[in-house]
Amino acid sequence: MNTPTLAPVAELIARLAASIRPRLSAHTRLVGIHTGGVWVAEALAKELGLPPPAAIDVSFHRDDHHLGNGLKQGGRASQLENVEGAPLLLVDDVLYTGRTVRAALNEIFDFGRPLRVDLAVLVDRGGRELPICAQFVAATLSLPPTQSLELMRDEEGRLSFCLQEK
Amino acid sequence: MTDNPQLSAAGELRHLLTLEGLPRDLIHALLDRAETFTAVADREVKKVPLLRGKSVFNLFFENSTRTRTTFEIAAKRLSADVINLNISTSSTAKGESLLDTIDNLAAMQADMFVVRHAASGAPFLIARHLAATGRDHIHVINAGDGRHAHPTQGLLDVFTIRHYKKDFEKLTVAVVGDILHSRVARSELFALATLGAREIRLIGPKTLLPLEAEKMIPNAPLSVYHDLAKGLVGVDVVMMLRLQNERMQGALLASREEYCKHWGLTPERLKLAKPDAIVLHPGPMNRGVEIDSAVADGPQAVILKQVTFGIAVRMAVMSWLAGGGA
Repeated sequence: MNTPTLAPVAELIARLAASIRPRLSAHTRLVGIHTGGVWVAEALAKELGLPPPAAIDVSFHRDDHHLGNGLKQGGRASQLENVEGAPLLLVDDVLYTGRTVRAALNEIFDFGRPLRVDLAVLVDRGGRELPICAQFVAATLSLPPTQSLELMRDEEGRLSFCLQEK
Repeated sequence: MTDNPQLSAAGELRHLLTLEGLPRDLIHALLDRAETFTAVADREVKKVPLLRGKSVFNLFFENSTRTRTTFEIAAKRLSADVINLNISTSSTAKGESLLDTIDNLAAMQADMFVVRHAASGAPFLIARHLAATGRDHIHVINAGDGRHAHPTQGLLDVFTIRHYKKDFEKLTVAVVGDILHSRVARSELFALATLGAREIRLIGPKTLLPLEAEKMIPNAPLSVYHDLAKGLVGVDVVMMLRLQNERMQGALLASREEYCKHWGLTPERLKLAKPDAIVLHPGPMNRGVEIDSAVADGPQAVILKQVTFGIAVRMAVMSWLAGGGA
């Protein structure tokens, strides 16, 4: 199924970068959430002329580990340094229930106390289950829970969204 | 093992009792997960919440310092509550049976038992008992049973080898010492065979090797050497085993000095291995018996790294069981 309501990812990234740029401080550091969020953060860093982003894996803080859903993709440790006192911009591809962002905040605080954490996402698809919102959003959609929206990357590094029935 | 209760009907790992029969993919997945845990110790907060609210009971019916401590640290880094039972001073000493002890601890809302026992098969008995009484939500980890298995030691050994040597298909591995009585050796051999080590040499005196040792593990590339110098030529990995003092009393060996003379890993003998060969030992070491201090403290020894990696490997196993696998 294609995604007629969504602009191409490159356009979304440009739009997101444009909204972030005026609010950027000299010390802002990008932190991408594995896996899609890291791709978006890398693209944003290029657009904004920032150093390569940090990457975090939120598996350790998922709230469904006891349900057998945690840590399925092994082998990625968070790469995060000098968190203490830093302004962070957390980046993900899709904002949905908010549970991933909650886990990401816990993961970040395991490395230190940041000055502040803002959130930037390419798509807010609605369906929040926690009181979480993003400061920067490139596109808003309202998708039913029966559909999954996932960012994909092809061999040439091009990003595209894949909308599927679950 | 067909009647192994560690795998559920769906093939999920419910308990870790032995490495025998575990698929290669599962072993690699456990080692991959352990890799992610090695960095937890470098964080500002050296804990992750995967086992928060769970109770892990360390049941050591046989003494151990290293294994019990690293299981305890691993459980605590996963945020579990850890209860250490010193069985020798507990109700078992007053005559309570093993399964009665288990029933009582299960009644205290245990979520996981880490069991060390002198009797081979004791953790299997516990796992079967829990299943038969409808309490198989409680996980059992074998921390060493008799002469049978020590699966987390086997895993941490192959984790250490993978860390330094990567590709098992290219490796020649020597396992040296008392293979007959060693649960560590059995677990190491199953793991090495499953991961596809090119050649595994079993090196030791005839009295400390099983009959037909080369057939210990079906379809494994095992060969037997009764001469340490010959066996070490060109190997990539030397896995030493501890010489248990009690073997002297059984007339299996003449003396510690005699053993050292023929079977001790000295710097001269280690030179026969590849120049970049690594030396492992599960501990506790008998310096001057199976291993010379110059080797144990030398640049090729990775013995203390094994201890550190053991924490991450045990975290991987515990979180895997509690999380219902993958």
